[in-house]
Amino acid sequence: MKRTLRFQRKYLCIPYVVFLVLFIVLPIVLIIFYAFTDNKGFFSFDALVDFFTTPTKISILLNSVFIALQTTIICLIISYPLAYFLANKKFNRNGVLITLFIMPMWINFVLRTGATRDLLTWLGINGGKVPYLATLIGMVYNYLPFTVLPLYTTMLKLDRSQIEAASDLGATPFQVFLRNIIPQSLPGVVSAATMVFMPTMSSYVISDTLSEGKITLFGNSIYISFSNSQWNTGSFLALIMLIIIFLSMLVTHRFSREPEARGGTW
Amino acid sequence: MVKKIFANIYIYLILFLMYLPILLLIVFSFTDSTNVGVWKGFSFDLFPRLFHNQEIMVALGNTIIIALISSIVSVLLGTTGAIGVFYSKKRNKRVVEAVTQIPVVNAEIVMALSLTVLFVFLGSMIFKTSLFSFHTLLIGHVCLSLPFVYLSVKPKLQQMDPNLYEAAMDLGCTPRRALVKVVIPQIIPGIISGFLLSMTLSLDDFIVTAFLRGPGLLSGDKAIETLSTLVQAKIKKGPIPPELRALTTILFLIVLTVVVIVAVYRNHFAKTFGTKKNLRRLRNVR
Repeated sequence: MKRTLRFQRKYLCIPYVVFLVLFIVLPIVLIIFYAFTDNKGFFSFDALVDFFTTPTKISILLNSVFIALQTTIICLIISYPLAYFLANKKFNRNGVLITLFIMPMWINFVLRTGATRDLLTWLGINGGKVPYLATLIGMVYNYLPFTVLPLYTTMLKLDRSQIEAASDLGATPFQVFLRNIIPQSLPGVVSAATMVFMPTMSSYVISDTLSEGKITLFGNSIYISFSNSQWNTGSFLALIMLIIIFLSMLVTHRFSREPEARGGTW
Repeated sequence: MVKKIFANIYIYLILFLMYLPILLLIVFSFTDSTNVGVWKGFSFDLFPRLFHNQEIMVALGNTIIIALISSIVSVLLGTTGAIGVFYSKKRNKRVVEAVTQIPVVNAEIVMALSLTVLFVFLGSMIFKTSLFSFHTLLIGHVCLSLPFVYLSVKPKLQQMDPNLYEAAMDLGCTPRRALVKVVIPQIIPGIISGFLLSMTLSLDDFIVTAFLRGPGLLSGDKAIETLSTLVQAKIKKGPIPPELRALTTILFLIVLTVVVIVAVYRNHFAKTFGTKKNLRRLRNVR
C-alpha cells in the first residue's frame, strides 16, 4: 500500500494534464457539439446550411483567405531580402539589428494598431476612404516581424560554401538564387508563411480598427456572433477555422520536412 | 559596394517604417493637442495627466495583476507538467505533447470562443449563474501561455545530465528534495524564459480578455478593463487619446531599457562563458 502512494516524478504532470483536458480538449469538443445543435440542444445542421447558403458568409471566408494570402506574400517579399541581409555579419553585428526589428512587438499591439491608424489618417490613407488598403497596410505592419524572425534563423543556417561552390562552378547570381538559396531557405519561408496566414484570417482588432468597421474578416464574424451570443453559429465558424488550421498544418508539415530529409542524404 | 549601400538603405528604410507609428506617438506626446499631426508647442502636460487619469491607471493595474498571476500559475503548471511528462511513459508523453501543440497552432479567437462556450455551458447547465469573472479571465490567460512554458522548459530537461538526479538520490536525498535541489536549478533558465514569454503574451492579449472577462479586480462591479480592451474601446470611437501617447513613450522607454539590459547581460555572458555554439543557441532561443 505504501509503495503505491510513494511520490513519483511522473505524478507531477497530473495538474497539467487535468488543466489541458478541462480547458483545451473539452472546449473544442463542446464547439463541435454546439456547431451541430440548435439553441435548444437538439441535433441540427442549421448552422452548416445557414453558412453555405448565405452568400455574404461565404464571401467573408473567401475575402479573408484572399487578404491573408496577400498579406503573407507582401510580408515574404519584404522580409526575405531583409532576413538575407541581416544574416550577413557585415550588416548586423552581434544581432543588434534583429532585436530592433522585434522590439516594437513588445509594445501593446492594440496601441500600435491605433498608432498605425492615426498615422494613416494623418497621411490621408484613412479607413473611411480606402478601407481595403488601410487594412492591408495594418496587417503587413503588424505581422512583418513574425516573418523576419523565422527567415532570419534559416538564413543564418544557409550553407555559404555551397553558394560559393555554385557560383564557382559557373552559375549566374540569378541561378544561384533560384536553385540554391531558395531551396535551402524553403523551411523558413513555410514557417514564416504560417506565422502570418492564420493570424491574418482570424484577426479582429486590425481589420476592425483600420477599416473603421467596413471590412469584415473571418475573425470579425466570429467576434460578431460572440457579441450577439449566437453560440451555435459562432461554434460552427470556429470549427471551420479549426479545420482550415488543421489542413494548413498538414501542408506545411510536408513542406518543412522535405528539405530536411533531402539534407540528410547529402 | 553598391550592393552594400543598397542593403543598408533597405534595412534602415524598413526599420524606419516599422517604427514610424510609434515614433509619431512619441513625438506628439510632448505637445498638448487632441490629434497627432497638430503641434501646439512643447509641453510635458500629458505625463501628469496620464497619471491622474483614473480609467487608464485602473486598466494598467488590472493588466499588470493579470499578467503576473497568470504567468505564475502558468509557470507552476507548465514546469511541473514538463517534469512529470518527461519522466512518463513514451506513449503518454506523445499524447500530452500533441495536446500541448493545440493552443500553439490554434487561432486565439477560436480558443477564446471555445472557452466562452465552455463557461456559458457550465454556467447555464450546472452553476445556474454567470461564471464570467476574474477567474475565467485567468484561465484564458493561462491557456494562452501554458504551452509556451512547457515548450521552453522541455529542452532544458533534455539537456540535463540524467545522472545528476540519481546521484542526489544515492547521496541520500528524498525524491522531492532531489527535485528541488538538483532538477529545478538545472532548468531555471527555461523557467525564466517561460515566465517572460507568459508575461508578454498576457500583457498583449486582447481577444481572450474581451471574451472571458467579467466584473472584478480594480474595475469593481464593472467588467475588468485591461490596457488592450480600454485602448480598443477608445480607438473605435476616435483617435488615440492624448494621455495614451504619453503612455506609449513610457512603455517604449521601458522596453528599450529591458532590451539594453538584456543585450549587455548577454554580452557579459558571452565574455564569461562564450563559446560560439552557446552564443548561437542563445540567439536562436531569443
